[in-house]
Amino acid sequence: MNILVCIKQVPDTTEIKINPETNTLMREGVPSIVNTFDSYALELGVRLKEEHGGKVTVMSMGPDQAKAALKECLSVGADEAYLLSDRAFGGSDTLATSFILASFAEHLEKEKGKFDLILCGKQAIDGDTGQVGPEMAEHLDIAQVTYATDIKAEGNKTLVKRENDQGYDWIEVLSPAVITVTKSGFEPRYATLKSKIAANKAEIHVLDSQSINIDVEKCGLKGSPTKVKKSYTPKKENNGIIINEETASASVQKLMSLITDKKVI
Amino acid sequence: MEITNEMRDLGDLIEKYFKNEVDPVVAEYDAKGELPEKIYNDLIEMGLNLLAVPTEFDGLMVDHKTETYIAEILGRHDCGIASAIGVNTSACATMNFFGKDEQKKDFFGILTSGKLAGFCLTEPNAGSDSASVKTTAVLDGDEYVLNGTKCFITNGGIAGVYIVFASTDLSKGTKGLSAFYVESDREGLIIGKHEDKMGIRLSNTTQVIFEDCRIPKDHLIGEEGKGFKYAMKTLGTSRNFVGGMAVGLAQRAIDECVEYAKSRVQFGKPIAYKQGIQFMLADMQTQTAAARELTYHAADLIDKNGDYEMYVSMSKLFASDVAMKVTTDGVQIFGGYGYMKEYPMEKLMRDAKILQIYEGTNQIQRVVISNIMLSK
Ligand SMILES: Cc1cc2nc3c(=O)[nH]c(=O)nc-3n(C[C@H](O)[C@H](O)[C@H](O)COP(=O)(O)OP(=O)(O)OC[C@H]3O[C@@H](n4cnc5c(N)ncnc54)[C@H](O)[C@@H]3O)c2cc1C
Ligand SMILES: Cc1cc2nc3c(=O)[nH]c(=O)nc-3n(C[C@H](O)[C@H](O)[C@H](O)COP(=O)(O)OP(=O)(O)OC[C@H]3O[C@@H](n4cnc5c(N)ncnc54)[C@H](O)[C@@H]3O)c2cc1C
Repeated sequence: MNILVCIKQVPDTTEIKINPETNTLMREGVPSIVNTFDSYALELGVRLKEEHGGKVTVMSMGPDQAKAALKECLSVGADEAYLLSDRAFGGSDTLATSFILASFAEHLEKEKGKFDLILCGKQAIDGDTGQVGPEMAEHLDIAQVTYATDIKAEGNKTLVKRENDQGYDWIEVLSPAVITVTKSGFEPRYATLKSKIAANKAEIHVLDSQSINIDVEKCGLKGSPTKVKKSYTPKKENNGIIINEETASASVQKLMSLITDKKVI
Repeated sequence: MEITNEMRDLGDLIEKYFKNEVDPVVAEYDAKGELPEKIYNDLIEMGLNLLAVPTEFDGLMVDHKTETYIAEILGRHDCGIASAIGVNTSACATMNFFGKDEQKKDFFGILTSGKLAGFCLTEPNAGSDSASVKTTAVLDGDEYVLNGTKCFITNGGIAGVYIVFASTDLSKGTKGLSAFYVESDREGLIIGKHEDKMGIRLSNTTQVIFEDCRIPKDHLIGEEGKGFKYAMKTLGTSRNFVGGMAVGLAQRAIDECVEYAKSRVQFGKPIAYKQGIQFMLADMQTQTAAARELTYHAADLIDKNGDYEMYVSMSKLFASDVAMKVTTDGVQIFGGYGYMKEYPMEKLMRDAKILQIYEGTNQIQRVVISNIMLSK
């Protein structure tokens, strides 16, 4: 199987703080990691490769420092890594981002053959929109499944275990397809010392807008219909009161007296 | 000492693994006195037994600075596991220094197949005085026949192969010692008593007994009669691993103390407000920082093939004395809680003690250092 995994390098949100004056993320000194869900996507991709043969390519759009995230991926089973980096890509919203990623995939397919699966994380833990994967599928005009926790390949069928509120569905999908992955039962593996050393020495292919022959009008700020008007930290509201008396009628009475005491009704 | 990105990359991987998988269960296995199979398998999978295996034999062959850095990280989390890895690295050093290519292929092949190595020098009546080794190796046709008892052997019950020092001529004392490698499945190699230890209880320490154990002649490493020299040369580099572990252990104790001192309230304020505590912390950190610099300097000298022997002994001596002092003070800062197994300090103190004893006691390090000083 020929698998592409899209990786976003994100700040470790467990360590991030918000500057109360500017309402922006304080990124200084915050370690960067591979987006958590992308690690799960990669693990599923590598497991498929190990079972059926083939190759796992990882790619990321971002600044030069995103190479570290790609090297991390190479140390846990990815075979080849591409970084898409260009000033023209800066300021992309999700539409532009997904357009760039899709254009890259098409470009690479000309050289390396079609991808059977394109795996993304369910969402990035910083942007949190969950839009890039589905939008990519639309740009490429191929099928998509979201919230996957497992993927099985049987002949030319791909079966995807999709999480939903009640439990899960097994969905059959035709390749090629974009699948966005959520936390699954398969914990991402640890690298080995040897794979780390090898990944450190491995080459990361760096491509820019020219090398993938993309229309830069559709990239970056120019290609982004989303405009951010204002960002702010929501005010922390006081916690609510929980009323849980012995019986339902006692609870109702307590609730009523609270409401009438406050002269709400 | 600069920690390079390459070093940090490996270190972060080990740190992450130990934080997630070892720290939560270490107290349980310390009480049981065993290394859980899962952790053993993970260590092997990660390749920690291949640190000193040459790349041409499918190993990692990291430099001594990196090895020291890894020892420090292991020491932070568990000195028992660190000891298993450290001794494995010592055994590799003997083979690297003195083995022939054919022997290396054979010996390192056992490690790449997923095993650890052991290092058998000490005997019940030959500790600091290695010249008193009584295990014999007698040539009989194409084979050496080994007889004798080694004790306190780290990885004794779990290693796949051992470096063994035995006498090929008892009349010659140190000049009669020779070095061999012996696979653990050789007939006549018996795993003896499993030691119940004060600390480093996740490491496996046993007797290794040879009863007419036959090994091929070509398992002799280097030349007959040079074993003592080989052992000293090996320990002369490998004991820097102990320096690294000691620094890691000491730093861990300090970090625990800083946290504790900030949260333990007595007389209405955290004890960290007391100058008596502050000065202890300052001394602990100063000594540990000095030990760290000395240890990395020794590692750097080994890497540059400089005059490292005295520095390696000083690193092992000083860092382990610091680890003992710092953990003893650490227990003091924790007060009664420091004495309880529920808190991390008492294990750190128990673990620290061995670092002053094995790989040559700290008295023996002083002998080595002063001998070098006075022979100049
Ligand atoms: C309203 C809005 C306005 C924005 N405006 C700007 C702006 O003006 N300037 C600006 O710099 N940014 C802006 N961003 C951020 C930018 O759009 C996102 O970082 C980016 O599009 C990815 O979206 P996301 O983080 O929500 O990812 P999601 O859609 O949540 O990510 C899903 C998956 O897509 C893949 N993926 C996402 N991003 C990448 C990537 N870069 N490389 C490879 N794979 C990837 C990963 O597999 C990821 O798990 C804006 C975001 C929003 C929501
Ligand atoms: C947990 C553990 C793991 C070990 N692992 C290994 C291993 O893997 N392989 C291996 O070969 N050995 C191993 N050893 C053995 C260890 O190296 C020896 O215990 C150590 O060298 C000391 O020898 P000894 O115990 O016989 O003490 P002794 O030599 O009897 O020493 C007793 C005391 O006398 C002091 N002393 C001795 N000679 C002198 C002197 N000349 N001047 C001043 N003081 C002196 C010592 O410093 C010590 O304080 C291990 C030991 C332990 C406890």
